[in-house]
Amino acid sequence: MFADLPLLSLIVWLPIFGGVAVLLSGDKGDANGVRVLSLVISIATFILSLGLYAGFDSSTSAMQFVEKTPWIPGFGINYHFGVDGFSMPLIILTTFTTILVVLAGWEVIKKKPAQYLAAFLIMEGLMIAVFAALDAIFFYVFWEAMLVPMFILIGVWGGERRVYATIKFFIYTFIGSVFMLVALIYMYYKGGSFAILDMHAMPLTLNEQTFIFFAFLAAFAVKVPMWPVHTWLPDAHVEAPTGGSVILAAIMLKIGGYGFIRFSMPITPDAAHSFDWLIIFMSLVAVVYIGFVALVQKDMKKLVAYSSIAHMGFVTLGLFVVFQIWENPANVSGGGAALAVEGAMIQMISHGFISGAMFLMIGVLYDRMHTREINAYGGVVHTMPIFAAFAVFFSMANAGLPGTSGFVGEFMVIIASFQANFWYAFLGALTLILGAAYTLWMVKRVFYGEIANEGVRALKDLNARELTIMTTLAIAVLILGLWPAPVVDVMHASVENFLQHIAVSKL
Amino acid sequence: MDNLYLAIPLASLFGAIVAGFFGAQIGRKGAHTVTILGVGTSFILSLFALNHHVFNDAAAYNHSVYEWMVSDGLRFEVGFLIDNLTVMMMSVVTGVSLMVHVYTIGYMEDDLHNWPKESLAGTNSYQRFFSYISLFTFSMLMLVMSNNFMQLFFGWEAVGLVSYLLIGFWSVRPTAVYANLKAFLVNRVGDFGFILGIAAVVMYSGSLDYYEVFDKAGEMSQQTMSIFSGTEWNVISVICILLFIGAMGKSAQMPLHVWLPDSMEGPTPISALIHAATMVTAGIFMVSRMSPLFELSEAALSFIIVIGSLTAILMGLVGIVQNDIKRVVAYSTLSQLGYMTVALGASAYSAAVFHLMTHAFFKALLFLAAGSVIIAMHHEQDIRKMGGLKKYLPITYWTSLVGSLALIGFPGFSGFFSKDAIIEAVHHSTIPGHQFAYIAVLSGVFITAFYSFRMFFLVFHGEERMDKHTKEHLHETPWVVTVPLILLAIPSVFIGGFTIGDMLFGDYFGSAIYIAENHTGLAEVGKHFHGAWAFVEHSFAGPAVYLAAAGVISSWYIYMKQPSIADSLKQRFIIIYNLLDRKYYFDEFNSAVFAGGSRQLGDRLWQVGDVKFIDGVLVNGSAKLVAWFAGVTRQLQTGMLYHYAFAMIIGVLMLLVMGLFI
Repeated sequence: MFADLPLLSLIVWLPIFGGVAVLLSGDKGDANGVRVLSLVISIATFILSLGLYAGFDSSTSAMQFVEKTPWIPGFGINYHFGVDGFSMPLIILTTFTTILVVLAGWEVIKKKPAQYLAAFLIMEGLMIAVFAALDAIFFYVFWEAMLVPMFILIGVWGGERRVYATIKFFIYTFIGSVFMLVALIYMYYKGGSFAILDMHAMPLTLNEQTFIFFAFLAAFAVKVPMWPVHTWLPDAHVEAPTGGSVILAAIMLKIGGYGFIRFSMPITPDAAHSFDWLIIFMSLVAVVYIGFVALVQKDMKKLVAYSSIAHMGFVTLGLFVVFQIWENPANVSGGGAALAVEGAMIQMISHGFISGAMFLMIGVLYDRMHTREINAYGGVVHTMPIFAAFAVFFSMANAGLPGTSGFVGEFMVIIASFQANFWYAFLGALTLILGAAYTLWMVKRVFYGEIANEGVRALKDLNARELTIMTTLAIAVLILGLWPAPVVDVMHASVENFLQHIAVSKL
Repeated sequence: MDNLYLAIPLASLFGAIVAGFFGAQIGRKGAHTVTILGVGTSFILSLFALNHHVFNDAAAYNHSVYEWMVSDGLRFEVGFLIDNLTVMMMSVVTGVSLMVHVYTIGYMEDDLHNWPKESLAGTNSYQRFFSYISLFTFSMLMLVMSNNFMQLFFGWEAVGLVSYLLIGFWSVRPTAVYANLKAFLVNRVGDFGFILGIAAVVMYSGSLDYYEVFDKAGEMSQQTMSIFSGTEWNVISVICILLFIGAMGKSAQMPLHVWLPDSMEGPTPISALIHAATMVTAGIFMVSRMSPLFELSEAALSFIIVIGSLTAILMGLVGIVQNDIKRVVAYSTLSQLGYMTVALGASAYSAAVFHLMTHAFFKALLFLAAGSVIIAMHHEQDIRKMGGLKKYLPITYWTSLVGSLALIGFPGFSGFFSKDAIIEAVHHSTIPGHQFAYIAVLSGVFITAFYSFRMFFLVFHGEERMDKHTKEHLHETPWVVTVPLILLAIPSVFIGGFTIGDMLFGDYFGSAIYIAENHTGLAEVGKHFHGAWAFVEHSFAGPAVYLAAAGVISSWYIYMKQPSIADSLKQRFIIIYNLLDRKYYFDEFNSAVFAGGSRQLGDRLWQVGDVKFIDGVLVNGSAKLVAWFAGVTRQLQTGMLYHYAFAMIIGVLMLLVMGLFI
């Protein structure tokens, strides 16, 4: 049924044109009208994206739902979409999260709701396009375009220091991506094609690979973000409105991880191999160093932002540990690499749910109390017991409790990295202690104890809209935690192909 | 059988879900009815499974329930392994849990008093409590019934979660929410080792399934791994020690014991169920389940026996100076867990599990009896303010006496058989460290008897030290409290004598527990075993019985006959007293070094690393550099034509010079 439709184009352009329609309908008329319209568009996009899962053939690693027409024939740039086992789950994560974000801003955003919602819808389409693009320039256009709505979201609906944060965010990510553009153009001159899959096959010397690898690293490491180019993230989160934080944490960071999978590792396998120690080092610093930094944060959003960096450390660790898994002489069975990569993917999806939930929860409190300072709270459980139950649940998921999605990816990556080196697993597993410490200490100070002040005393528990959002996310976290097989199964073929590809030297 | 086994944990889970999500609708009565029915079903079905395996000699059941996922050829599954070890654990867990459920009706009856008036969390706390303890039962069942490491870890963490929720149940109390955070984090330290152990198992056996891993155990014991360059460690030793670190967290062995005494901040029913009878014994169960691995590593067994001995004796000593009725029992639990650990180290797994079982009954009894006293005393827990309660609480008195006698190993009582078996097994062990362990477990007998009866005398005998108001309201607690006490007192007396023959020296555990041929400690004891009665008679030839008697007599003399002695001893040995009273300063050390240190480190990394260096120097520094450079170059843009002409001439000259020389 879906085979005949240009499904990817629909999923990309429906929210973009929908967003434009919302924008045009303007803020003069009925605010509820634009909200309902936005919600309908986001739900329709989500349902369409489920068609990708339904029609997906998980037995092949080939690109599916491919659409290709010339765009700028002079430079061989194509309008080229397609998905595999890596991009398809991330697209569904995007469409799923956008619904929640639209709901989260419902009556909270009073300032220009049409423009606010339009920014999210347009951004949704752009992010899906980034995941689906198979032409490098096509990819790059969406990659850069995606910054604009986020820039506007933080700049217009942000907090007090929004200008500093938004410029920091923009310059950080923009400088990174410029290097990527140079690398892409270089490869076009050398290989004559902007098709990403052609670049995968293109022979490159070690020197070329090294330059290209670091050019990509500049773009993707900032996006993930990896230590030490992470400092834009806490600032951006603190200033962003709740919905912006959710999209940032749940989707945008994943684009960095996805970039490593789609570009860095297959295009420059030898450079990735020779510099894997660097990425592993940066990942483990992210887990441990950032874990300690998260512990002492006083602002809840900063705490969760740092926690995001630590969790994303498992993504990059899982991806780049594969070479050492293969090379470890003690690893007799030689297995573990697929476990690591699939663990990294699951970690991305799970982090999408959990970090989204954490930021939405902070939003729930912020909407009522207008502060994110941990010290301003205490004893919230007495006035918002239902909310507190969700808070403990998502916090436990953030701390990687088995049965929740937070456990799956971390568990896989820890097991896999043990097969490369005991100490990688050792440092990675410290997250069991650190993650629990920073998350649950926050829970203790915010939710437990006696009612701290009159503000907390006056709090009202979740309304129906908030309850819907929280319940939906909780179910997602539980399903992925109790039965990850449906998500992992669609990746197998692509992961297998990816590993076979990067195992072969281009030299 | 598949559906029956599946129904056992799910019945409890069903109760938990109904009481948890629909507590407001079904009310208090509905909540305790549905959870008791759920756990009761689990209990009856567990007994059915016990009958099936133990009395009808069914073969071990090992099947997968569903496939969680497959990645890289590694199967992650949820499945059950049911054999004689499992059915015993299932019956004990569900049995004690059922007693605790009934007891809770009485204990939590006036829970509203524990919450501030405006607290909405307090309105359905009763239902929530039942939901939690049923959820605990489900989690614990998943843990013991597991046939693979992943589900084991799931159960392991799930019981930790429920423990966290229940220690902090009275979330308004600062001490409670401090204790639950501490409990969770200390357990996570253990889990940190545990997960590395699981990772090592996967690496060297390529499987998470118990049986497949056990099949590879011999192979793994031939391999070595290098953790520090230049050293080669036996793989199986590394795996066992890492797994045991997990057990040290859950089963509160030193130095990861610090959370258990604080966990007494939780309501008493859960102290009995979770922090005495079941959850804390998960580590003991796990090591017994893994006996095919542990048996191959003398190093790990030695490590275990030393840790266990230290816990058994040092925690018992702390029990002597505690004045909170629940904390005395808590330290007693720590010490008894030490005994079980010692038994594991001596390869006497069946003795460890046997003691686990008898301890579950008599310790649950002691806790629930302590709870009964606390209810009667209107939530006073200080034993210095009690005394002479015998005449007010006769049922509690007699059941406490039974529990205490079982605990100290009075000949013929359950605890006697299990503890004496451990002492004898250690005596005959050959593991390095067993001499120390033998001294520890023997002196532990005296210490146990001393602190147990110190508490018993101070609570039930002697002068009545409570205030007048409390005294006027003293009366025996309701039947929902006393019936569980009586029902637990029965196995506390009899179960040891009935089962010792089969469990320790018979073929009860069959293939569930593997013992290497050269670890003959318990088998040696078995050679002299000629029935339970002969075992009792034989014990009079050894020192343990006399040590216990000495403990009881000296505590009677010091606390009943000559109370002044206690004070003068305290004055004379004030340093030792302080050491014990401060619990060897573990808490002070941990909060200064680990908690304080982490916060300081985090602060430094944040303020210096992120704020000053990365943001200050690199990010804003490069921005400032650009601004400075722009500022400098802006000076050049003067707008004066002759400035530009001058610059051009200089430029041309420089090009010329370069052209001449290059």
